[in-house]
Amino acid sequence: MGIEQKTGNTGVVTTTLEQAVNWSRTNSMWPMLFGLACCAIEMMGAQAANYDMSRFGMELMRASPRQSDLMIVAGRVSQKMAPVLRNLYDQMPDPKWVIAMGDCAACGGVFNNYAILQGVDEIVPVDVYISGCPPRPEGLINGVITLHKKVSGEKFAKWK
Amino acid sequence: MREIQEFSLDDLRHLVSPRALTGETMVLNMGPQHPSTHGVLRLIVELDGEIVVNCIPDVGYLHTGIEKNMEGKTYQKAEVMTDRIDYMYTMGNNLVYCLAVEKLTGLKSPPRADAIRVILAELSRIQSHLLWIGTSALDLAAMSVFLYAMREREMIMDVFELVSGQRMMTTFIRPGGLWRDVPSEFEAAVREIVRVFPKRIAEYEALLTKNPLFLDRTRGIGKIDTMTCKAWDVTGPTLRATGLAHDVRKANPYCGFEQYDFDIPTQTTGDVYARYLVRVEEMRQSVRIVEQALNKLPYGSVRDNNRKYVPPPRSEIGMSMEALIHHFKLWTEGFSPPVGSVYATVESPRGEMGVFLESDGSPKPYRVHYRTPSVPLLQVLPILSKGHYVADLVGIIGSIDIVLGDTDR
Repeated sequence: MGIEQKTGNTGVVTTTLEQAVNWSRTNSMWPMLFGLACCAIEMMGAQAANYDMSRFGMELMRASPRQSDLMIVAGRVSQKMAPVLRNLYDQMPDPKWVIAMGDCAACGGVFNNYAILQGVDEIVPVDVYISGCPPRPEGLINGVITLHKKVSGEKFAKWK
Repeated sequence: MREIQEFSLDDLRHLVSPRALTGETMVLNMGPQHPSTHGVLRLIVELDGEIVVNCIPDVGYLHTGIEKNMEGKTYQKAEVMTDRIDYMYTMGNNLVYCLAVEKLTGLKSPPRADAIRVILAELSRIQSHLLWIGTSALDLAAMSVFLYAMREREMIMDVFELVSGQRMMTTFIRPGGLWRDVPSEFEAAVREIVRVFPKRIAEYEALLTKNPLFLDRTRGIGKIDTMTCKAWDVTGPTLRATGLAHDVRKANPYCGFEQYDFDIPTQTTGDVYARYLVRVEEMRQSVRIVEQALNKLPYGSVRDNNRKYVPPPRSEIGMSMEALIHHFKLWTEGFSPPVGSVYATVESPRGEMGVFLESDGSPKPYRVHYRTPSVPLLQVLPILSKGHYVADLVGIIGSIDIVLGDTDR
């Protein structure tokens, strides 16, 4: 006989603080409006009406890193762009997450050369990698859901 | 990791006006992370109050080394790189590369392949213009156009996926023809686009063309004349908006563009609004071309029969020893075109896109160079934006429709 039974009809929901915070973090995750290359086009595709990422509470792309929780690295990162990307990551307030969208951001993709960073995880910690060149919008949405699962299982002791 | 390159005003002494050094005008940074720079463009903007005195594009944030990478790959493998140059006009990137290789090797793509190339390249152009109309209207705070444009883009993406299995990076057009014939559903899918698309263009026009807010933000903004365009090598809709009807599809036809009946839309004012009108009309003309190409789509092979350059079809490999050898040789060693250098062009949604290819007789290209239309467009950006408000700068960047992958390669 827990408290749930006693308060069942009074419109009160009980939960743990951990779950409540994780729930709100998952369902209002604001990505940064930051497109690099080809993947950014598919990222736009994921936001438009056909795929509609706003179903996951992510319709609000913030152009400023200071207002965003999630950085979707959409595209290839050149050596010239790398310090800028790191700077943007540093400007995001905690808690923050990173999705490496596409092969180039995940591992350099087809560009194994002097100009392209061989995976964005060389400069920022990545939570979810999405394969594909470029990934389909469904692929991005799947990556986002994977991240949501990860965030909703985060423990109080490890909160950032 | 390198440090961020920081500029002091002293470093910019040769670029900014003397007024900036005395503190009379303000030098601001815009980008590379900025919602309206359409990629990773960095602009150093000199402002007098809200008026742009000068703007200096700083490119190279998306430099990928594609041309150098292509030199290390065989001709077939290098084509995979070409998709990623102008990622809004992927089919055209393949096409221009294949035209150059065909010029070099003397391959001839069959009529059916040519017609399908035309259809796919024009659909790719519509796709690029759709994304342009969506994003540049978004920059001018018209949100719904973006959603409508992306809806139609998905139809075109579905066609690309149908023929090649990929939405954007298709590598479907190959030297000597196509990768394979199109599936039987192709014709119906393209017919559907041809049927609905003109009505959809009318929808975008209803939202923008006579919208007073849009007119205020676009008319008389970012003006350029034909002479300046010629001097800076600007091509495409930006040139046509100044009144010169230059289009590579008419001036130097490829893939049988001379058989199709289409107009080159022009405007005379050369401002943002003129460029908008030209592009919208171009979408209509592209639909016309697609329809004509579809109506007289010939039957037959989609690849040249020269087995020294074009791999044999799968069905032949089990039957013929020569086919097996050719297949093996082509996919391990590649083909070796004769020594020489060629230049081929197509009309991309942004202007004339060319590829210069030099062969030293080995299976790998000695030099590949892409002549991309976004570079001259970025060079005229300071001319276009001088004297306008900084808010209009956003509209001007949108109107020239640059793709940074195209600029930096």
